[in-house]
Amino acid sequence: MAIWIEEDAKVLVQGITGKQGMFHADKMVEYGTQIVGGCTPGKGGQTVDLQGKPYPVWHSMTEAITATDADATVIYVPPPFAAEAIMEAADAFDSIKGEGVIVCITEGIPTLDMVKAVAYVENRPGVRLIGPNCPGIITPGAAGGAKIGIMPGHIHAKGRIGIVSKSGTLTYEAVAQTMSIDEGQSTCVGIGGDPVNGTGFIECLAAFENDPQTEAIIMIGEIGGNAEQEAAAWAAENVTKPIVGFVAGATAPPGKRMGHAGAIISGGKGTAEEKFEAFRQAGIACAMDPSELGKVLLESLKTAGLR
Amino acid sequence: MNIHEYQGKMLLRAAGVPVLEGVHCTTVDEALNAYDSLGSKVVAVKSQIHAGGRGKGTVFNPETKDVVMEGGVKIAFSKDEVNTYATNILGNLLVTIQTGDEGKIVNNLYIEAGCDIAHEYYLALLVDRDTKSVLIMASTEGGMDIEEVAEHTPELIHKVVVDANIGILGFQKRDLGMALGLSGAALKSFGKMLSSMYTMFCAEDCAMVEINPLVRTGADEMVALDAKISFDENAEFRHKNWDDLRDISEEEDTEIRAKETGLSYVKLDGNIGCLVNGAGLAMATMDVIKLYGGEPANFLDVGGGANEEQVKTAFSIILEDPNVKGILVNIFGGIMRCDIIARGVIAATEALSLQVPLVVRLAGTNVDEGKAILAASTLNIHPADDLAEGAQKIVALIGGGQ
Repeated sequence: MAIWIEEDAKVLVQGITGKQGMFHADKMVEYGTQIVGGCTPGKGGQTVDLQGKPYPVWHSMTEAITATDADATVIYVPPPFAAEAIMEAADAFDSIKGEGVIVCITEGIPTLDMVKAVAYVENRPGVRLIGPNCPGIITPGAAGGAKIGIMPGHIHAKGRIGIVSKSGTLTYEAVAQTMSIDEGQSTCVGIGGDPVNGTGFIECLAAFENDPQTEAIIMIGEIGGNAEQEAAAWAAENVTKPIVGFVAGATAPPGKRMGHAGAIISGGKGTAEEKFEAFRQAGIACAMDPSELGKVLLESLKTAGLR
Repeated sequence: MNIHEYQGKMLLRAAGVPVLEGVHCTTVDEALNAYDSLGSKVVAVKSQIHAGGRGKGTVFNPETKDVVMEGGVKIAFSKDEVNTYATNILGNLLVTIQTGDEGKIVNNLYIEAGCDIAHEYYLALLVDRDTKSVLIMASTEGGMDIEEVAEHTPELIHKVVVDANIGILGFQKRDLGMALGLSGAALKSFGKMLSSMYTMFCAEDCAMVEINPLVRTGADEMVALDAKISFDENAEFRHKNWDDLRDISEEEDTEIRAKETGLSYVKLDGNIGCLVNGAGLAMATMDVIKLYGGEPANFLDVGGGANEEQVKTAFSIILEDPNVKGILVNIFGGIMRCDIIARGVIAATEALSLQVPLVVRLAGTNVDEGKAILAASTLNIHPADDLAEGAQKIVALIGGGQ
């Protein structure tokens, strides 16, 4: 078990003929992800070579899912067309299978496009959207696994720690920290740093709580909004597994966007201090420095009798 | 991206939202001509800067720092008064609660006709993260700081969430209007205004439209007396007109240049420059510098696929800040390979003949090659294995905290 994406999940790539799409599709195949083809409107019938083998390209997601019975899709489509790519995938998964996971890597999608796309996906309850503006989701396997996104696969190993984060490289940092105490990961989810996105912290925590493979959780937030506070309050009531947390942006000045579109303290709200406090109130063990996530996790595992 | 009030009102007027007649001016003469052309005995002389609290701000002489006048928005009852206020404001420094102590030089004025005010309200449209929708907020407490109203009397703020795939509905407009105590012609005017404003919000890819105050006139018409509009920068590709609306003088020069090269940079007050890949890790790097007693000089995210040239630009941007006494590079290589970063760092330090101490922490893809390249160089680069060690080293190298 893992969450949402099994080790052998069948995955499509939207935008597979583009530079980014092809580069990362190749890396995914190299890692062991079961890529079953891709979709680029107007390029159906072509093939794309990944790791020396040809993979089919379809015009539409309906064709692609019908032909492959894919479980998930990953989107590397440029910002002007990305929201539509999400909705096309949602519609196809919903009408063909009634379920599916959409991972959107694209950064810089207009917010109002995402407002529409998220509402569209939410009208199709079997379909899950992860991202946009995220590193993706990875379920490491005993050999290979399912890497759906842009994260470096080789730093991961199969294990029992679930990781959820708004940030890409900070997720890699968290992965390296679990490895430093000889722990692997069940699933790592990057939910993205945009103000309007799909899957949030609470859904990830709920899934990790229900996943028998996951025994502890690392949650990494950042300034802006109050998703971390809500997740902490929810976790206090609903999560029995140990959680270790970190929030980036304690030194960020108010009113300035820190790289991610959603990372902004506005009207004095959404500060790191506020979020750390919510974590502590909920019994989440906090690391004040990401290089100490491993140490704090180890202590939490020991306290829970897991080491 | 923010725009000025006068530009916001142009957009509102074009969308069919009632606004008062007004003229944008950059000189005192233009302001005097505007007074004549408006034909209104009473006019408002309004400083145009990208910050709120203008009315309660203070105008200073930028050289002597002497107070010139209290208030950056003045009501003039004669042409002479327009002359006085425009002279006092143009070219001078306006400091408000939102500008910080450094204030902003006022280069633009808006001269606007007066109006007969029966009541002031607050109205805003914004993208709400919680509901992942466009939220319309209104309050009877116009002209006030809305954050204070939200804190002390939240019951006076009324909200409507718009379904993105349906649009604003008639009952939502009525409910909101009635919650403000509107009826008859005013309620009708309010509903019409909301529709126009929502259409504009979507068509222009706004991040926020704030009308504070929105006024009901003696004739029961709803009029936008102020307009604070910001755009969603992600949508810039489909709005060619934004180039004309952008006021470069309102933006930080280095931040613009950073953006042009695909870097994300925010200047801070400390003395340790940072160069990091990824926004979250860049913030965390600043936090950890502070945790170990230092002060970060900037936020800088080189992005996921930076090349040697971008690393060099990043270094030169960091070094433009005279406060920088040392630099911490923190890269977790994913797509980006550590050997490429290591070569970029060496090329940049050589090209810029770097004088300040440099600590480099590399992790991830090709980390061993990267470290070997740095170790083989004759440059004075201090390696670190993790973020904490990197932060401690750079703080020690610049002689401790500030």
